[in-house]
Amino acid sequence: MQKKVFQLLVDNTSGVLSRIAGLFSRRGYNIDSITAGVTADPRYTRITIVTSGDDEILEQIEKQVAKLVDVRDIKELKPGESVYRELALIKIRVNSARDRIDIFAVANAYRADPVDVSPGSITIELIGDQDKIDAFLAVLDSYEILELARTGIAGLSRGVENVTYLS
Amino acid sequence: MIGADVIIKCLEEEGVEYVFGYPGVAICPFYNSILESDIQTILIRTEQNAAHAASGLARVSGKVGVCAVTSGPGATNLITGIATAFADSIPLVCITGQVNSELLGSDVFQEADITGAVESFVKYSYLVKDAADIPQIFREAFHLASTGRKGPVLIDIPIDVQNAPVGRFRYPDEVNMRTYKPTIRGNMAQIKKVLKELSRAKRPLICAGGGVLLSQAEDALRAFSEKHQIPVVSTMMGIGAMPTEHPMYFGMVGNNGKPFANRAMNESDLLLMVGARVADRAVNQPDLITENKVLVHIDVDPAEIGKNVGPAIPLVGDARHIFEDMESEEFVCDDREWIQTLVSYRESMQPVRRPNPDYVDPAAFIRQLSEAMEEDAVYVADVGQNQIWSCGYHIVKKGRFLTTGGMGTMGYSIPAAMGAKLAAPKRQVVAVCGDGSFQMSMMELATMRQFDVPVKIVVLKNNYLGMVRQYQHFTYKDNYSVVDLSGSPDLSRLSEAYGLRFMRQTNMEGMEETIRAFLEKDESVLLECLIDPMDLV
Repeated sequence: MQKKVFQLLVDNTSGVLSRIAGLFSRRGYNIDSITAGVTADPRYTRITIVTSGDDEILEQIEKQVAKLVDVRDIKELKPGESVYRELALIKIRVNSARDRIDIFAVANAYRADPVDVSPGSITIELIGDQDKIDAFLAVLDSYEILELARTGIAGLSRGVENVTYLS
Repeated sequence: MIGADVIIKCLEEEGVEYVFGYPGVAICPFYNSILESDIQTILIRTEQNAAHAASGLARVSGKVGVCAVTSGPGATNLITGIATAFADSIPLVCITGQVNSELLGSDVFQEADITGAVESFVKYSYLVKDAADIPQIFREAFHLASTGRKGPVLIDIPIDVQNAPVGRFRYPDEVNMRTYKPTIRGNMAQIKKVLKELSRAKRPLICAGGGVLLSQAEDALRAFSEKHQIPVVSTMMGIGAMPTEHPMYFGMVGNNGKPFANRAMNESDLLLMVGARVADRAVNQPDLITENKVLVHIDVDPAEIGKNVGPAIPLVGDARHIFEDMESEEFVCDDREWIQTLVSYRESMQPVRRPNPDYVDPAAFIRQLSEAMEEDAVYVADVGQNQIWSCGYHIVKKGRFLTTGGMGTMGYSIPAAMGAKLAAPKRQVVAVCGDGSFQMSMMELATMRQFDVPVKIVVLKNNYLGMVRQYQHFTYKDNYSVVDLSGSPDLSRLSEAYGLRFMRQTNMEGMEETIRAFLEKDESVLLECLIDPMDLV
């Protein structure tokens, strides 16, 4: 089993996300995360999917996704040649002023920002790749996490070589 | 002009001659507008058969088959037919009426999310929201259905969109889909690699699948095989890609195929799989066909290549273009010894049957029937034991052999035969089914009668769901469960009720005369053949 990040460029039509998600579920492929958003050209949506499987499964995923009529392009975002970012919102219980100071210190070290401070809780926003977010959560292990929301990663390749030009 | 008129104009632009369907309120604007057109409507007796009939028409005419049904149960009844066409890559455009678009999602009477329900069985689906989009959508739908790997496309049209006023009609000249560009021509570098391997091979073999027929590559395949003396076997869907009595044809492969065909596959040192999925019934152990041989996989759908087996040389493209391109390159491949080996296998490994003389022997009957059939006849096999006997013993000369190999949908043969007959009224069309599959489609006898579609029907009757009985015989030691067909109607009286000529054959005596009388006139006949209930394929 290995993990792969695929970037898709798809027609921005209704139902496109359900077609892609449906393909993964009926063929038994894994989706670790999926994000979608419109591109600079509003006719297209860019989707980033993190998936895992053996070589044959990953090859089939690429081919089956490419076969969908709405999919213009699918390519792998290789770790060294791409940038990945995920956003996480983490709501942590604080029982004392001391807790709050400690959490601020950890957040600061991870360049995370507090986005809400309420009586009894603090919500931190963290942007980074998945490893960074996992590491941050590990540090917070001794605190009670009330709620966690992760977006899943969005990614782009580095440089101009792998750009699909839209016309 | 309203949306429904535009739909009919689109169908006319696409050269559609027949629409198979069943009306209901949600598709009534369509069925009202079609009265103004020369397009013929065929009222099928259950929606599933509309898709099967359209499939039969598509396979014989090479055009896209069209069906149109109403919303809700009409649409959901169509699903099995759509899934059958999808599994066999048959080009269909299926039109479903839908409830008023403002009511979508509110579970009103006869509302079903059909685009959602068929998602995994269609090549693509549309929900039309604006009548102005109809021409573009139909142009795309016919293009999608009939290009690349063919398949069904569904268009769901709410009744208010069918009734919406439309200014004027203009059908797009060309279709430009940004995200859909199938590869038709094979990559020349890959083709050269294949030819190099072919010239090196000692025991080359072509395994032809349904893709050969779908791309109309039969002539090209035959010419290629004859010129270079490369023997051919086929999958079930590939039967008829070569005339079955051709000296270079060595039968159907697979667990229901001929032993000598499977042996040819195993012993070949270069195997060209053409337009075949390498699915379980044809290739039981996919890893074996890469052992000790070079596997070349040719398919128009790149996702099929490497799905079940990893080939040494993948080649994406349409079978006809690839054979033509291979023909334009010079290479030598001629190995007499290999062909002689296969000929000796074919002679010595014929399956031996010990037919019960008290009954009709289905194998001998099918052989005699197909010998007597016209050269270009269409033979439609249903699903079950009848299908396996048909595959094993039917002789294809210049005609067609139709069956559903992928989905294996019982009841396919009668509606598909009707579609085939409408597509080619001058050709003889015979449907062969069992008494189980016959009863799944016997309501269509009325359709045959109403629209005067002279299809000939053979029912191999054994009072059992024979294929399942056979499975229970081997797997459950004759513990038969839910396979007894007692209570089936008297087919002679049923035929009389439907105004059909009826014939019955209880054993092989006088079979020749029966077959002659059965085929004689261009009229519907039902021939019942009593076969041994304990017979095995």
